[in-house]
Amino acid sequence: MFKSRDLIAYAQAAPLGLVLLCFLVAPIIMIVIVSFWGATEFSIYPAFQFDNYAFLFGSPVTYKVFLATFKYAFITWAFTLGIGFTVAYFLAFYVRTQAMQTVLFLLCTIPFLTSNIIRMISWIPFLGRNGIANQTLMSWGVIDAPLEWLLYSDFSVILAFVHLYTLFMVVPIFNTMMRIDTSLIEAAYDNGATALQTLWHVIVPLTKPGIMIGTIFVVTLVMGDFITVRFMSGSQKANVGRLISNDISLLQYPSAAATAVVLLCTVLLVIAVLLRFVNIRKEL
Amino acid sequence: MTKMRYSRRAVLKGGAAAAAASAFPAPMVWAQEIKDITLRQFGTGVSNLNDVATKVKEDLGFNLAMTALDSDSVTQRAATQPDSFDIADIEYWICKKVWPTGNLQAMDVSRIANFDKISPIFTTGKLTPDSTIAQGTAPSTVGFIPEPGATEFADEVTNWMTLIPTIYNADTLGIRPDLIGRPIDSWAELLNPEFKGKASILDISSIGIMDMAMVCEAMGEITYGDKGNMTPEEIDKTFAIFTEAKKAGQFRAFWKSFDESVNLMASGEVVIQSMWSPAITAVKSRGIDCVYQPLKEGYRSWGGGLGLSKSLTGMELDAAYEYINWYLSGWVGGYLMRQGYYSAVPQTSKDFMSENEWGYWYEGKAATGDIVSPTGDKLAAAGDVRDGGSYEDRMGAVACWNSVMDENQYMVRKWNEFIAS
Repeated sequence: MFKSRDLIAYAQAAPLGLVLLCFLVAPIIMIVIVSFWGATEFSIYPAFQFDNYAFLFGSPVTYKVFLATFKYAFITWAFTLGIGFTVAYFLAFYVRTQAMQTVLFLLCTIPFLTSNIIRMISWIPFLGRNGIANQTLMSWGVIDAPLEWLLYSDFSVILAFVHLYTLFMVVPIFNTMMRIDTSLIEAAYDNGATALQTLWHVIVPLTKPGIMIGTIFVVTLVMGDFITVRFMSGSQKANVGRLISNDISLLQYPSAAATAVVLLCTVLLVIAVLLRFVNIRKEL
Repeated sequence: MTKMRYSRRAVLKGGAAAAAASAFPAPMVWAQEIKDITLRQFGTGVSNLNDVATKVKEDLGFNLAMTALDSDSVTQRAATQPDSFDIADIEYWICKKVWPTGNLQAMDVSRIANFDKISPIFTTGKLTPDSTIAQGTAPSTVGFIPEPGATEFADEVTNWMTLIPTIYNADTLGIRPDLIGRPIDSWAELLNPEFKGKASILDISSIGIMDMAMVCEAMGEITYGDKGNMTPEEIDKTFAIFTEAKKAGQFRAFWKSFDESVNLMASGEVVIQSMWSPAITAVKSRGIDCVYQPLKEGYRSWGGGLGLSKSLTGMELDAAYEYINWYLSGWVGGYLMRQGYYSAVPQTSKDFMSENEWGYWYEGKAATGDIVSPTGDKLAAAGDVRDGGSYEDRMGAVACWNSVMDENQYMVRKWNEFIAS
């Protein structure tokens, strides 16, 4: 028997539960089901077979592409964390007035008012062989010939990722930093800690939940992306998202679903591991 | 007011009946109901032109609702949802895949007024009596069936046509002559180390593989039985050559959409790549020198046509025939030819083009004045000659038609490997 208090609590949670059930759980179940189906060239038929998974795990391309996906995620994570932490640190501890903090924080978000595809594509003319970057470097005499690796390379892919997703790191880290009791920092200084020691032994541990939330954002976004990799690598590199999008464009939905399920499991696994390190509930 | 309209309708009806009796047999009789008819056409973007729908309403009185999809979705829809469309605007290789499903009905050739004037490419397959039929899914090989209801194609011209050809062209490599500075005359140049980091092909497997095959054959590395229907060994060998080139940094990028190909070429990132005719025009319109280079090995060609859904009957079917006859009567042909494509019945298009336009686009003569696209952009100036020359020169040199292979799924997997390598 439910107590009436329980009942009210359940009723309050019901709308969200229902939305999640319809728009999150049900589609995922559908994807899992379809991943066992079979496909001909232009139709899919219900079945229960492991062909899609067998092909996926049997192909060296899969491992290569998953590896590339992890590589992008890891490098992007390292850069966004470095930049995001620095920006948040500056905002939280160097900017004195709260008004100024708000202004600067909003300034960070301004580029994000435009579509992220536009922000990504605008790198292309900038980095191109005859682009602004190469022309500037050449006019300065730094290089004699245009740098080819600026565009359509891993460099440009990661550059775009870092540009697109750093804010997702800044926000949660800034948020946690703002909650740090400044008396703790003063106490550290009073006890003779250097600035670096304070940073490492006081601020970083207290910011961990924010870092973790930012990490989850960045890792999931990068691992699920396909359009950035396609545009910035000139279609020459592949990550898991591109495998899925290729399958979909060829109407191989079951195979796309199987890849999506494997990707989903991988991402969940990564997040599970991350959550072992930090209890983010403390933050929420 | 009501009375007025009634009387006007009555007069129109009488007039229409009289006219029908004399000049036009069937169509005009149902001039009253025709306004309520809507034919649903779907197809790829190239020929799904809103101007055509507008003109149909104007000339024929009924509505044409157009839906543009990518070619994979088009195939799927034609194969699985016959009731969702009346007219399918599909490519010939799609027809090869879709016809056996029985979702389309053959057209009675005797009801097509201009059938005799349709280019022989689509009937006998031979532009001139001594031409050979190109490799791939040549339109003539899937253009006819022996009898209504048949799911096999006929080997010769019959009274039952599968698709009425609408639009077609011959594709080749696009180059930047200003950045290359020497003549290019072979597909093999795409993998010439001279253009390392400055070449591109398109990342659409079914077409990309054909361009690859043209290159490998031109290099003398592989001799194909049929480039349009490769064996697994041929596919493997082709990808081995291109994977090696990719790893050596031959390609700057691969493109998937029209505008990407234009930008790659216009920005100078790429100097030689597979390209489509309107993309060349788009590069030129920015004032950049770009040539649709004719190559000695010939062109890779494609073509589309209109097919009728099997669920079309009665008045709608009559309207569809009316629409097809109108399509071949010249206005659309002129419109398409002025974009750089070809019309299935070139002669009728002539009346809808100026002498200068006809000379430039069809006969390969130097333009005597500005050549302007149907949308008003200037495409060429006096003295310019179309790349590749006349209709006979271009369509007579087709080496291969777009096609779908028996080993398609294998090829697609290899393609994914190639991109990931």
